[in-house]
Amino acid sequence: MKKSYKIDVDCAVCADKMEQAAKKTAGVKDAVVNFMALKMNVEFEDGADAGNVMQEVLKNCKKVEDDCEIYL
Amino acid sequence: MTAKQRKVLIRIIICAIALAVLFFIPFGESTVGQIIKFVLYLAVYLLIGYDILKKAFKGIRNRQVFDENFLMAIATIGAFALAIYSKSGDYVEAIAVMLFYQIGELFQSYAVGRSRRSISELMDIRPDEAFIEQDGELVSVDPDDVPTGSVIVVRVGDKIPIDGRIISGSTTLNTCALTGESMPREAGPGDEVISGCINLTSLVKIETTKEFGESTVSKILELVENSSSNKSRSENFISRFARIYTPVVCIVALVLAIIPPIVNGLILHAGYNFDTWIYRALTFLVISCPCALVISIPLTFFAGIGGASRAGVLVKGSNYLEALSKVDSIVMDKTGTLTKGSFTVTKIESPVMDRNEFLRLAAISEWTSTHPIAICLREAYAEAVGQNTAGSSGTSPDNADTLQGADDITEIGGFGVMARAEGKEILLGNKKLMEKYAIPYTEAETAGSQIHMAVDGNYAGYAIVEDVLKDTSALAVNELRKLRINDITILTGDSDRAADIIAKELGISDVHSQLLPEDKVRKVEELIEKDDHGTLAFVGDGINDAPVLSRADVGIAMGALGSDAAIEAADIVLMDDDPLGICRAIRISRKCMRIVYENIWFALGVKLICLILGAVGIANMWLAIFADVGVMIIAVLNAIRAYRGKYER
Repeated sequence: MKKSYKIDVDCAVCADKMEQAAKKTAGVKDAVVNFMALKMNVEFEDGADAGNVMQEVLKNCKKVEDDCEIYL
Repeated sequence: MTAKQRKVLIRIIICAIALAVLFFIPFGESTVGQIIKFVLYLAVYLLIGYDILKKAFKGIRNRQVFDENFLMAIATIGAFALAIYSKSGDYVEAIAVMLFYQIGELFQSYAVGRSRRSISELMDIRPDEAFIEQDGELVSVDPDDVPTGSVIVVRVGDKIPIDGRIISGSTTLNTCALTGESMPREAGPGDEVISGCINLTSLVKIETTKEFGESTVSKILELVENSSSNKSRSENFISRFARIYTPVVCIVALVLAIIPPIVNGLILHAGYNFDTWIYRALTFLVISCPCALVISIPLTFFAGIGGASRAGVLVKGSNYLEALSKVDSIVMDKTGTLTKGSFTVTKIESPVMDRNEFLRLAAISEWTSTHPIAICLREAYAEAVGQNTAGSSGTSPDNADTLQGADDITEIGGFGVMARAEGKEILLGNKKLMEKYAIPYTEAETAGSQIHMAVDGNYAGYAIVEDVLKDTSALAVNELRKLRINDITILTGDSDRAADIIAKELGISDVHSQLLPEDKVRKVEELIEKDDHGTLAFVGDGINDAPVLSRADVGIAMGALGSDAAIEAADIVLMDDDPLGICRAIRISRKCMRIVYENIWFALGVKLICLILGAVGIANMWLAIFADVGVMIIAVLNAIRAYRGKYER
């Protein structure tokens, strides 16, 4: 399952950090952050609950980049 | 400018003024004077850098040590400490580094915001509402709620929200947002219109043929919005590079701060000079920020893809833009790509009547037929007499004033038609029809189809109907050669003869004809596997080329408005069906890649030079921050260039 989320982040390095953090989150198969379009495309593992996983993704992103937002 | 940016700008201005004022205040040599000086400068430093310090602190707490905020914080705090330690009282340097860093960040976020906006304005084709008529009044509804087959009203100045067919009214449409074509298009009853066009001259009623979600405009927006998720190799290289670069420079800085003084002091007995080397190490930290690279590469691709869509070229991801720039061989489909894909009467030869009379008889005999050749004959007559009898295929002939269809038309499948009109019996069809009625005929040498006519049993000549080259095909092939793409191949399902004639006209020697769709895939695979070849692009009009489009390194669909399969299978979609669009797309991609490489080499080069100069003590922190911010500003301005530029049509 793939989903696309709007995000808000200030710099390209930070966007890359968010991408790395999202990729490492359990339940996420792959994640791509597009800084220019301010979007995060997430591919979930089979059977993962998107809502719960995204909460974790947001938490992990906040950890690496305090000043970011994912609009869930 | 956003509120956030404005706040930073105000801080920058206040800080700059404060620095200038402090510079002229004589603090004296007394301890009290020095303390006052320190406090005032510290206040300015905190004003300009508090958010960076805060972020750096949070970064440490979250174990994100090599964070650019952390680097800036260490470098400036270090510079402050050195100024106190060496009693030089030169606090300006630390503040200036922070100040310029903030200016750079502000500029970057402003530039990124600007290009985001200009590109989203460009793609502002999403219709907000559709109008339907209810009890004689126009009611605005959500386009999503309009079922297929409804009648919608499009007023002057509005966008057509949903694909459909005009049922009443004639107007001029602006298709610029979709095709980049500035020339308005005429549309009248019966014409198919696509969503996203702007109605320019008069109110029309449209019967929708698709749902909003399936309409052209939705498909395009979907494509554009997801476009930059496919990252190019350059982008991936840069983000990987940045992840390594920063820690490496930091470690080198640490080494620089410790090893040389120890070597100097212990081995050479020349004094430790810790402060000199720490200063050099701090300079390193300022240079270690990879911002210029990390921002300018995706920005270039974003601007390049935006600029391309402005020119009617939709690119599905920056990886495809990158691949397109490297294309050195192109495989083209013939029908619909190089040729018009519809028939044109190219020759009429009759021993008994003139051209117009021949066409008139042909048109009335073919009045009811929907065969492409029949339509072409009717259109040819309409053109010949300058009158609109052609209509579209199925429509009744009620818009013809002077022309009446034949009274009695019999279609003879596989042969042609027999019609009775004006007291004459007309036979119109291929040579088999002539043979069937034992009428002697003349055979012509042609790549197209020869349509014979007989009136009352006597041979009345023939018309040649062909699929002709598009006006710009030859020019496009020439342009491609100029772009150093010499490997051009034509694949077609058409007959050998038809393919050879077209290829000769274009001066292309590689032609493979009479191919089934699966043969095309095999042929493209063969070409891809050849050793000498780099990147291969396939150009097709998309109707049955989907498998080939997805197999080629770069699949280019042409004139794909309305063809969903092509939009899905292709990597690059040309909005109009002009083959020159291929050259335009390649030029855009090459310009974009040139800028990407310029930025990579420029930014890396300047950084490397500064690192060396910093290590040997020639470059101070001022130079480092100027280099850092300057490179970023130049790289960003260069990146934005990818969006601009004229691509002549």
